[in-house]
Amino acid sequence: MTAPGLATEKRVLLEGVGVRDVKSLAGYRSRRGYEGLKRALAMTPEAITAEVQRSNVRGRGGAGFPAGRKWGFVPKGTGKPVYLACNADESEPGTFKDRQIMEMVPHLLIEGCLVACRAIGAKVGYIYVRGEYPLSIRALEEALDEARAANLLGKDILGSGFDCDLWVHNGAGAYICGEETGLLSSLEGGRGYPRIKPPFPAVAGLWGCPTIINNVETLAAAAIVMRDGADEYLKTGTPDTPGTRIYGVSGHVERPGWFEFETSVTLRQVIDAAGGVWKGRRLKAVIPGGSSVPVLRADEIDVACDFGSMQKAGTFMGSAGVIVMDETTCMVDALLNLMEFYHHESCGQCTPCREGTGWLEKLVRRIESGEGRPGDVALLASVAETIGGAGAGKTICFLADSAVMPTRSFTLKFREEFEAHVREKRCPFRKATAHAQA
Amino acid sequence: MTPVSAPDAPAAKPATRMVTLAVDGRSITVPEGTSVWEAARRLGIDIPVLCHDPRMKPVGVCRLCVVDAKGQRVNPASCVRGCEEGMEVRTDTPDLERRRKVLVELLLADHPSPCERQRATGDCDLEALGARYGVLERQRWHRGGGGPAKPADPSSKVISVDHASCILCDRCIRGCDDLQSNEVIGRNGKGFLARIGFDDDRPMGDSTCVSCGECAAVCPTGALVSRPVGATEAPRASLKAVKSVCPYCGVGCAITYFTDGRTVVSAEGRESPVNHGRLCVKGRYGFDYSLHPQRLRRPLIRISRPRGALSGEVKDSSAGTRRRKVVDYAEILPHFREASWEEALDLVAKRFGEIRAASGPGSLAGFGSAKCSNEEAYLFQKLVRAVFGTNNVDHCTRLCHASSVAALLEGIGSGAVSNVFADVKHADVAMLIGTNTTENHPVAATFFKEAAKNGTKLIVIDPRRPHTADFATHYVRFRPGTDVAFLNAMLHVIVAEGMVDEAFVAARTTGFEALKATVAKYTPEFAAEICGVTAEEIRAVARTYGSAKAAIMFWGMGISQHTTGTDNARCLIALCLATGNIGRPGTGLHPLRGQNNVQGASDAGLIPMVFPDYQPVEDAGIRARFEKAWGRTLDPKRGLTVVEIMKAALEGRVKGMYMMGENPFMSDPNQNKVRRALSSLDFLVVQDIFLTETAEFADVILPASTALEKDGTYTNSDRRVQVGRKVVEPPGEAREDWRILCDVATRMGYPMRYGSAAEVFDELASLSPALRGLSHANLGDAGKLWPCPDPETDGINVLFDADFPTPDGRGRFVPAEWMPAAELPDGEYPMVLNTGRVLEHWHTGSMTRRSKALDALEPAAFAEIHPEDAARLGIADGDAIRVTTRRGTIATTARVGDRTHPGSLFIPFHFREAPANCLTNDALDPFGKIPEFKFCAVRVERIVPGS
Repeated sequence: MTAPGLATEKRVLLEGVGVRDVKSLAGYRSRRGYEGLKRALAMTPEAITAEVQRSNVRGRGGAGFPAGRKWGFVPKGTGKPVYLACNADESEPGTFKDRQIMEMVPHLLIEGCLVACRAIGAKVGYIYVRGEYPLSIRALEEALDEARAANLLGKDILGSGFDCDLWVHNGAGAYICGEETGLLSSLEGGRGYPRIKPPFPAVAGLWGCPTIINNVETLAAAAIVMRDGADEYLKTGTPDTPGTRIYGVSGHVERPGWFEFETSVTLRQVIDAAGGVWKGRRLKAVIPGGSSVPVLRADEIDVACDFGSMQKAGTFMGSAGVIVMDETTCMVDALLNLMEFYHHESCGQCTPCREGTGWLEKLVRRIESGEGRPGDVALLASVAETIGGAGAGKTICFLADSAVMPTRSFTLKFREEFEAHVREKRCPFRKATAHAQA
Repeated sequence: MTPVSAPDAPAAKPATRMVTLAVDGRSITVPEGTSVWEAARRLGIDIPVLCHDPRMKPVGVCRLCVVDAKGQRVNPASCVRGCEEGMEVRTDTPDLERRRKVLVELLLADHPSPCERQRATGDCDLEALGARYGVLERQRWHRGGGGPAKPADPSSKVISVDHASCILCDRCIRGCDDLQSNEVIGRNGKGFLARIGFDDDRPMGDSTCVSCGECAAVCPTGALVSRPVGATEAPRASLKAVKSVCPYCGVGCAITYFTDGRTVVSAEGRESPVNHGRLCVKGRYGFDYSLHPQRLRRPLIRISRPRGALSGEVKDSSAGTRRRKVVDYAEILPHFREASWEEALDLVAKRFGEIRAASGPGSLAGFGSAKCSNEEAYLFQKLVRAVFGTNNVDHCTRLCHASSVAALLEGIGSGAVSNVFADVKHADVAMLIGTNTTENHPVAATFFKEAAKNGTKLIVIDPRRPHTADFATHYVRFRPGTDVAFLNAMLHVIVAEGMVDEAFVAARTTGFEALKATVAKYTPEFAAEICGVTAEEIRAVARTYGSAKAAIMFWGMGISQHTTGTDNARCLIALCLATGNIGRPGTGLHPLRGQNNVQGASDAGLIPMVFPDYQPVEDAGIRARFEKAWGRTLDPKRGLTVVEIMKAALEGRVKGMYMMGENPFMSDPNQNKVRRALSSLDFLVVQDIFLTETAEFADVILPASTALEKDGTYTNSDRRVQVGRKVVEPPGEAREDWRILCDVATRMGYPMRYGSAAEVFDELASLSPALRGLSHANLGDAGKLWPCPDPETDGINVLFDADFPTPDGRGRFVPAEWMPAAELPDGEYPMVLNTGRVLEHWHTGSMTRRSKALDALEPAAFAEIHPEDAARLGIADGDAIRVTTRRGTIATTARVGDRTHPGSLFIPFHFREAPANCLTNDALDPFGKIPEFKFCAVRVERIVPGS
């Protein structure tokens, strides 16, 4: 039963989850599993790439880059092996979509990886799984064993002449290893330091060889495209972002959790699907796509959850991790929480990020604790402007940009709260809470 | 012989595409791939940067050098981004400058200003940027943004470490890893906890750091700063920089000394084809010997009789009582009185004259030094030949590569290297045999390690494991003294498996059939028995060398210092000729020369058989030419070599000796015999910078100069002639050696008058075909390789591309049969003694034991023993042990470690408290007359305390 005004989930990626067994190979086959692979094995790599490109599957890691176009970047005839690296280092705060696929439909990811390997000419693929996801790792390992036993992996897959194998690599707890080149450095056994681009990984990636890096959900979507065909896929979602996405809702809602919707769903509908703001309180702010993207105010949430619409709204759909904050939230304190995270997760390679994220945290803490000085909010802006901004390229990777985007949007949209902290030399919310408790 | 291009000459490369771009509105055309930062620099535009050094691979982490490139989505780091056609770059927009200012503020917020570097040398790059952006006063910031306080690390003897000043620019990491290939420094921790670390985060002084100081040289702040070497420190900018050459080993690193006009303050590596700015611990931190208060300042005349050693320590034949690191001046000086130069020189001239008159020219002899310049070597041999009238002149080349040179002259007609060591980068295989390169030629080793990292296969062969083995494709540890058997077996495999370069052998060599016949019986199985390695290992090594497209060979004293030293080298030459690995880039033969000027001293004729440029004294035509040039009748017979002169002194045939800068009491084999020989002389002159052990035997001591106190040229292992320049004046009345030689000759009735060292060089070059066309003026800052037919060029790197300088132009195979060493272990002396050097010290220690840093790093004598032997003998690391051979006994400290071959002992010869040469065998190689320093029978016992 769907309540009036509520959007209906559309389970494509997570079809059957919670309803029947889709985790085992047999269960996965019952939902037409590996039919996409069979179709792909009968096609040329160029045709697969063309079809995925036509389907306009956009990168679910957060950047929204069209997967088919990325695959087309692999240079031909280099004589070097080509690798696939699946980014399963799902570490963006507020994001928990990839683990649903890995833990509940692991074969979908394996199928997507095989399709991608076939398209780009890779004989080996690595799935780099966040170390804090032991359940995902176990589920994948078991599924890989099943797939190997069924000749879905290894030599001469299903008699097609295509050889390919996939390996799970455990991460060790660093956010930066989810950055695609940091992931490659880590996979090679080095420190997880992002690399300067160009050269891009499609040209010089893992061990200097052409490498395609795709997010778990992206590869899963590619498997669906191969199964249903691009025409069918394009019937779902919006023209900007066809298909469905798994939205993870957390924070001040009644029923936090994951929901799979077509991308035409609005942010308000997603929050309502999670039962709406908890305790009958009013909504204050939403971070729609993982902690790195600009925050939206309560009056800005009637926007479709595809990449283009969110961008028009001044933020990003990102990793579809929706973080909901109610009216009692101190936005300075919330920002401090984020700044502690980015400071802690800065790899330390580039000066602006290593030093700057520390100063962002320090300044926000100063303001939150009532020790902020006049000019500190401006200083915060000055540091932020120095170290990053959306795609500013002031550092080697995007981590500093990720810290700067919330800093900018919090201080712009909730400037008065920041000024009040400095003016009153205290946190107004903390005081209120103290009173309430007293 | 046609010239082959010098290393790195761009001539042969395909033309690089040129691109034109605009930087701040000014147009510049550069080769594609040039960084934007470099292009700007060429325009005189200084883009601020902290993490970049043009010698290093850019990392782009400091982000100060980002620029605005028109049409680019993001601002690229100019140190990384290559120039593209039509690029329009702005380097100083208000936006960029504002961001740079904030970045500098962020870094300065936690920077302890003034930092160690700013206080010491006034050149902290960060503080300079702080001044440039007007943000040294940091009012906007509270301290402590970057995380917890970072401690200082005082553990290194040469470098002070202050993590608080570190800005994580990674220059030290790249200096250590990429430039020096020492791979000690890395990053530890993440983000704001990131720190540079040594090995697995040890204190620097406890890590595998070899104290080369490259990290401190490249560090932009006070994080890594060289501790002061001299007595003073001053802002770098206030000092005078003097371009010179390192006085230590045969690598001949280009160095810049900084002086305040009175004393030497510091040393830095200088860009040159030799060392690319790199230095080792001795070059960077070891020059303070020159500043030592014990430098001799006035001539000294002996007043005490009888002749012979003076100190209890040098007199004592057991050598067990020596405790001091250097000669005790207080004990020696009362036996001498100070004299004027006039008096001392008169006495020298008179006594040499008397001995010559009474006993003939052959009763005089001289030891020159490979530490002195070419000019001094030339004048010394001229003095001995033209004034003394004898060819009894030699120097320490006799103790290092005499056998190599003998084999090379016989085999290919030239004793010099065929290719420079940096040519290793063109080799696909490099064989390093009997060379402990990382310690004895540290900067050359950086090129070997770098080549290995870039794909050159290293074959490392040595019974005592060298550090280069860590980089090797094959490391072979055969039994000491079995070189010929192993190398013949390699040749056997190369013949048997068809890896001989038949065309080369046919066109360019003679004697191959005889070699083939000799190596026929050296099957890998046969040699394996002798060498203690497997036959398969021999085959594998032979295949790697034999199948190389370009293989180069390096060797050191491990080959030469044997009674079979010449045979060892003959086998190396045979391997090289049989496989046609000579005359091309990345091939050839390179005996790594020991002393800074052993190549040059030999070139200048400081050896008993030849005049300058290896022109035989026994050739009447050549002699006539020198007689004409020098205006004296010359001795027609070759003279005696080093060890032969000592023997002749002992037998009373040599009565008077002139010793310039040599310390045979410590450096020659069988010290107890040397003591008797030196005591037997009627008259001994020692010209040196300190009171050495040998000086105790002297009648007259003449105070001389160090390399830092005179102009002169030095020829490195590559044949590169480089100018060493005077940095400071000699102390007291001490004089430049070449001037002293002129004074002695003039007083002996042979006027020698030169206005400068450059004039002496001109005379030497006029008599040496190899040096023709060279002069101090045209050698410039980088020097030149000889031969240098066109002085406009750098000289010839690759020799022998068309023929060899032998009578028939062909290389000659000289087969050698394996023979055991002269003195084999037996029941009484069951182990093998191997001697050599350590990284931090030089030869007899008179220089390095007076260097604060070097002495602190390696302060005491030791003997290295394998854990198996130590266990068998009940010896623990650090135990006092007694080491005895048929010639003497010493007491020293055991250092238990598995670098040595089981059954053998390694003792460095620098330490007078436990001198290795009290033990060594003075048996000689019949051809090179080199003693067998690397092998004699020895007994080791633990000294039981109280016994």
